[in-house]
Amino acid sequence: MTTMAPDTGARDTAAYEAAFDAAVAAEERIEPRDWMPDAYRATLVRQIAQHAHSEIIGMQPEANWITRAPSLRRKAILMAKVQDEAGHGLYLYSAAETLGTGRDELLDKLHSGRQKYSSIFNYPTLTWADVGAIGWLVDGAAITNQVPLCRCSYGPYARAMVRICKEESFHQRQGYELLLALSRGTEAQHAMAQDAVDRWWWPSLMMFGPPDAESPHSARSMAWKIKRHSNDELRQRFVDICVPQAESLGLTLPDPDLRWNEERGHHDFGPIDWTEFQEVLSGNGPCNDQRINQRRRAHEEGAWVREAAAAYAAKHGKATA
Amino acid sequence: MTAVKAPLAAAALALGDDALVLSHRLGEWAGHAPVLEEEVALANIALDLLGQARTLLSLVGDEDELAYLREERAFRNAQLVEQPNGDFARTIARQLYFSVYQHLLYEQLAAAGGPVAPLAGKAVKEVAYHRDHAEHWTLRLGDGTQESHARMQSGLDALWRFTGELFEPVEGLPVDWSALREAWLSAVTGVVERATLTLPSGPQSGAWTAGAGRQGIHTEPFGRMLAEMQHLHRSHPGASW
Repeated sequence: MTTMAPDTGARDTAAYEAAFDAAVAAEERIEPRDWMPDAYRATLVRQIAQHAHSEIIGMQPEANWITRAPSLRRKAILMAKVQDEAGHGLYLYSAAETLGTGRDELLDKLHSGRQKYSSIFNYPTLTWADVGAIGWLVDGAAITNQVPLCRCSYGPYARAMVRICKEESFHQRQGYELLLALSRGTEAQHAMAQDAVDRWWWPSLMMFGPPDAESPHSARSMAWKIKRHSNDELRQRFVDICVPQAESLGLTLPDPDLRWNEERGHHDFGPIDWTEFQEVLSGNGPCNDQRINQRRRAHEEGAWVREAAAAYAAKHGKATA
Repeated sequence: MTAVKAPLAAAALALGDDALVLSHRLGEWAGHAPVLEEEVALANIALDLLGQARTLLSLVGDEDELAYLREERAFRNAQLVEQPNGDFARTIARQLYFSVYQHLLYEQLAAAGGPVAPLAGKAVKEVAYHRDHAEHWTLRLGDGTQESHARMQSGLDALWRFTGELFEPVEGLPVDWSALREAWLSAVTGVVERATLTLPSGPQSGAWTAGAGRQGIHTEPFGRMLAEMQHLHRSHPGASW
């Protein structure tokens, strides 16, 4: 965005709003110092914080397998991926901070349950193949969601997403390749891969959020060009991408209603269990307690380390990190 | 990669096992670090070490066979690196002792030429970073709060008896071990003192720790660590991943 305020000198909100709307309509980027509607700011803080929290909580299901990775090559890939996720969390907290909030405040809100993270990370990683299924399906869904965010109207978020999407695409290919190795491996490995896909398919579809008709924030986010496509559009895009990939993996997707619809030019698919989605969202998923407790524990048990760094910095007058 | 002959193989195995085992321990921190920047840093160090381990083990044979199919008694890592993470100060104490050692050792190996020199030359850059990280945290924790000071001191004290083993000569390495020990002691002493901490006064090795890991005699937590690390690989004999 080029102007911080209309140059009339008028300080009335209507003029600011008009300038903001015009900038958004012209596909200009809103930057931290620009005027923005309070609700726009609040929506972005909520969305970026939730996104950052998802990266941080999302480390857990995968880190669960670092110490058991079955080859040194896979172990290195997985460690690098989990490290990238921490890095993504850091970019995103920085982006959120440009909106006038602080990382500590956001982490407090995560730990106290006032802000959410993606419901997908409340599912357990039960076998090694789950690491591949997360890469292929969960990262695949995330990318489908996030690529349009590279054009989001808020500059710092859009720029963070450009960097994140590059790394995520890499993770997604690695996940696919992991599953392919299993699918073409021994009978037991193939079965492990199929079982993982069976368990992760539906939760991945839920990552796009509720159906359009029940998505409270969608219309406004689309008007503000924070969001570019509806939940259902993105979900459909994802299904269309995954079906041929599943075929080349030699794995099936656990949906008897899944078939190509010539007329629509898309795949039809079966109904999503929205009751399960709501349950997981409201804290009753398989790992909600475990995930948040581990996160809280790491933070609480690390308090003395952060205090030490702060005390040292105060004594020696330099940055802590 | 072509396998090398003993005694270089034995040396590569000792250094490779050090890197492999410490990398594994640091990997256990993922998702548990006190601050997000340390999630990145500890994983980064773990990855560097895993890279070193893969190169070194590949000099000896198949990296996965060596990592996943040897039993406890066949591992040649020093006992220091297998010690459990404990709290952050314990982990940092282990990092300080080991990274200073590894840095000085690799500097010597890089300068000495021979088959390990190229690897050492590459690794020394990574290890300089690990050392810097450990030294800075030792300073922050030692000279931070009363609690962090006490925890850091306790970490240094608890691991001290495992440090003597690092200077047991490893056959096949062109290293001046007593010079290495002197340089290590002087560097560690310097950091410990700047951190307002006290260099532990006990013996640097005992009946159980003098060269024991290098001979395949390990501490109890190590078998459990290997059980976790090797379980999946061993459950699918001959499979590729």
